[in-house]
Amino acid sequence: MGANESGYIGQSLRRKEDRRFLTGAGQYTDDVTLPHQTHAYFVRSPHAHAKIRSIDTSKAAKAPGVVAIYTGGDLEGVGGLPCGWLITSVDGTPMKEPPHPVLAKGKVRHVGDQVALVVAETRNQAKDAAELVDVDYEVLPAVTNPVEALAPGAPQIHDEAPGNHCYTWALGDKGAVDAAFAKAAHVTKLDLVNNRLIPNAIEPRAALASHSASDDSYTLYVTSQNPHVERLLMAAFVLGLPEHKLRVIAPDVGGGFGSKIYLYAEETALVWASKRVGRPIKWVAERSESFLTDAHGRDHVTHAELALDKDGRFLAMRVNTTAAMGAYLSTFASCIPTILYATLLAGQYTTPAIHCEVKAAFTNTAPVDAYRGAGRPEATYVVERIVREAAVEMGIAQDEIRRRNFIRTFPYQTPVALMYDTGNYDQTLDGASELADVKGFTARKAEAAKRGKLRGLGYSSYIEACGLAPSNIAGALGARAGLFEAGQVRVNPTGSVTVFTGSHSHGQGHETTFAQIVATRLGIPVDNVDVVHGDTGRVAFGMGTYGSRSLAVGGTAIVKALDKIVGKGRKIAAHLLEAAESDIEFKDGKFTVAGTDRSKTFGEIALTAYVPHNYPLDKLEPGLDETAFYDPTNFTFPAGTHICEVEIDPDTGVVEVVRFSACDDFGNIVNPMIVEGQVHGGLTQGIGQALLEACVYDPESGQLLTGSYMDYAMPRADDVPSYQVSTRVTPCTVNPLGTKGCGEAGAIGSPPALINAVLDALAPVGVTHLDMPATPHRVWQAIQSAKAAA
Amino acid sequence: MYAVEYQKAKSATEASGLIAKSGGKALAGGQSLIAAMKLRLAQPGTLVDLAGIPELAGIRVEGGALAIGAMTRHADIASAAEVKRTIPALAALAEGIGDRQVRNMGTIGGSLANNDPAADWPAAVLGLGATVVTHKRRIAADDFFKGMYETALAADEIITAVSFPTPKKAAYAKFPNPASRFALVGVFVAQLGDGSVRVAVTGAAPSVFRAASLEAALAKSFTPDAAKAARVDAAGLNNDLHASAAYRAHLVPVIASRAVAAA
Repeated sequence: MGANESGYIGQSLRRKEDRRFLTGAGQYTDDVTLPHQTHAYFVRSPHAHAKIRSIDTSKAAKAPGVVAIYTGGDLEGVGGLPCGWLITSVDGTPMKEPPHPVLAKGKVRHVGDQVALVVAETRNQAKDAAELVDVDYEVLPAVTNPVEALAPGAPQIHDEAPGNHCYTWALGDKGAVDAAFAKAAHVTKLDLVNNRLIPNAIEPRAALASHSASDDSYTLYVTSQNPHVERLLMAAFVLGLPEHKLRVIAPDVGGGFGSKIYLYAEETALVWASKRVGRPIKWVAERSESFLTDAHGRDHVTHAELALDKDGRFLAMRVNTTAAMGAYLSTFASCIPTILYATLLAGQYTTPAIHCEVKAAFTNTAPVDAYRGAGRPEATYVVERIVREAAVEMGIAQDEIRRRNFIRTFPYQTPVALMYDTGNYDQTLDGASELADVKGFTARKAEAAKRGKLRGLGYSSYIEACGLAPSNIAGALGARAGLFEAGQVRVNPTGSVTVFTGSHSHGQGHETTFAQIVATRLGIPVDNVDVVHGDTGRVAFGMGTYGSRSLAVGGTAIVKALDKIVGKGRKIAAHLLEAAESDIEFKDGKFTVAGTDRSKTFGEIALTAYVPHNYPLDKLEPGLDETAFYDPTNFTFPAGTHICEVEIDPDTGVVEVVRFSACDDFGNIVNPMIVEGQVHGGLTQGIGQALLEACVYDPESGQLLTGSYMDYAMPRADDVPSYQVSTRVTPCTVNPLGTKGCGEAGAIGSPPALINAVLDALAPVGVTHLDMPATPHRVWQAIQSAKAAA
Repeated sequence: MYAVEYQKAKSATEASGLIAKSGGKALAGGQSLIAAMKLRLAQPGTLVDLAGIPELAGIRVEGGALAIGAMTRHADIASAAEVKRTIPALAALAEGIGDRQVRNMGTIGGSLANNDPAADWPAAVLGLGATVVTHKRRIAADDFFKGMYETALAADEIITAVSFPTPKKAAYAKFPNPASRFALVGVFVAQLGDGSVRVAVTGAAPSVFRAASLEAALAKSFTPDAAKAARVDAAGLNNDLHASAAYRAHLVPVIASRAVAAA
């Protein structure tokens, strides 16, 4: 495919990376084998909460093939895993940060908590030996629900966090909210649960650590979304290594959805042990370990209230949320139910006053952290569920109540800290309504009723804050890291280009999207551009991929580097063409003296830069290789409307999603096919949460009851309809690409659309509330309860 | 997986002897056993592979019955012309088991010997009143299923075939567990040659069982409405994360009515 006038931008190029993925030529962590490699297996706690009386490794140490066994006591001088975001409670005290040991010390706090590391010649030998490690536990009572964890008398998980309380944080003007409620014509109240989810990336977490005695350096291959952050946290905060002695490589990674952002205990223990063992050590999680130890998502319990005037205009919103942190604070756990949640509670609406209080609790469960959407799906669920209820209570149509409250003037300062730069919510609602054929719904509902089925329609007009974001603002809010991105454009002497990006691609298609941008800007064939990512030894720096930030932030860093390349090329061209630099135009891969046909191709300029025989060496360095760091001035704000249509079989409670329509505004789009794929994946994850997925712990024992695919329902192809998607564009004003981000929108917008549709369908039989997931059993029970109450 | 000794038998009698001697287990399609071994939930010291035993293979129409060799794969049953012609309900049931990989490896005999409470084949065997043939004897379906993962088989007894009587009408309907897609409730209904009706339910209880109330209702009127109007007692039904006993009790007549409609 060749470049047209706007180059490759807006073209659905096939993904460059897919050839290797589809032919099995991808290189994942487990595909890497190093000479003399050993294998690790972790002894894990079978109890949700227990004191460790003693650990006897003597029998295991004699097992065949065992190289070494380490327990918490061996890790002298090794720090705990850090949390990257400090949240300050309303009383001014910092959040409680109990130690998160790499291997348990004295106590275990969730099923799967790592107790010992066994290193052996083979994976099976390590596993066999692990069974011989004798741990004497004193089992303690456990608590898995965040509300119960904060109740008086709950089992105490950490000495450092009395009452299992991590923080109580608030945002917004409480006085203004109280005043608005006092004069409201109508108040809608809603209690809801945002169900805990298990991420389930197709590639389980894995690590391969090695130490080089020759220069006392370490190399870690790991399934990470952000290798530089991994290196910084591990080297500086846990192991006390100089960063230049640790190279972190995140090669091909099979999905992350947030769960591979974090610094985990396993790879940290491996790096530490690799020097002691003197051989490389590999660990690959079994799927059961993924269920038990990957950071989970969501797990909120919320009470929300919305105040409206007599015309259905929103006056104020009040939200109280209890959020589970799990047994330890994962890397970004603390900012998810606060900074990335409460700030989104304005949604697309002009609600003038909002107050949100969040209590965070430790529980005897896997840690909870960002999972596709991270705080924003939870916020959208609160807003779009309560808006639906308010409309029903006040007898206002679902689209109409939204239109009455849409923000239409930009930039718009919300009462919860964000400044929306641009948007047009009417046009995405119009677009979704069109796709959904809302006009034909009444007839479809009547037809379904003839077949004994219940049809419902549900809306969700979501907004998200992406492109995380200005470092100084994040720092003021408690971030302990920057949020910029780095990009390097290396033009090779023959004019081909190697791009080094701090973003990491684990399914997003960056190798194609970024190449499209570079090829377009330089006017060269896209095949002449390769994108390198995921290696601290090759890429200068990076903050990684999460929060739908790669194109808006990482892509912009590349654009800034490209500007430097073109700027330098212009100087070289001016010299060669004996013209003033200001007279040189760059277009379609040619540097031309304005108003003449005298020009030099990009390739000629590149060659000149590296073979500087005729070159202004007194004024200009040779070479053509530029790096840029880009720190955005604001978040980006993708938004849209999703409309879900369901048909319910009242005999069985089965909910069929018969139609799902999404109209999104992601700003400018580079590769529409990749964007559509991201939307489809996000929608499927959101539908998974709303329809199927529920992580359940036994409330007494703290055992994970949904610890395999036998009990944890992931969405399959036949659970979802053929999606109808479209886009509208209001270009983002904060970055030169005008892009906003599309990776999480599907998972953010879809859950409330689905539940709203289910409640719409069930309204005739008297059901007024349902928590996710809307499983057949739960829907049937809701119908029975409604019948019994009638 | 723990280390395991692998042996291959040439006849059912030899397989039985090898199992008796080693205290090991028979390996049929391995779709439950191998998975359990990989999770270290099963630890047979010896596996005796039945895959190469000629007498366990093949599908034969014998008088008024259809005999399916114990080592016949689900996929082969689903596509066999003899099955589609004589008892199409069995082909349809086989087509709905697990996924393509499972159907290409898993066998009818393995499924019956394992007697998973949510497996599909037990419903067909009990629903049709089939006969389980072993290398020693013939066992009527009503005597075969003893409880959760329990059957009338001795530890060293090898199923060689299952003989299904050809019914007038039969069908199987399954309501899948949303996670595993095993039967949350599966109902096999059959109207036999003598006009009698049998209804077998899988997934709903610790083991497959016959639903007397449905059999009585359908004997009077073999119609979906009659099935749907029947009541099933929740007592003794499974109560778990995915479905309460009451929900399962409600589903049995609903799913039975769908099976009747399809029969």
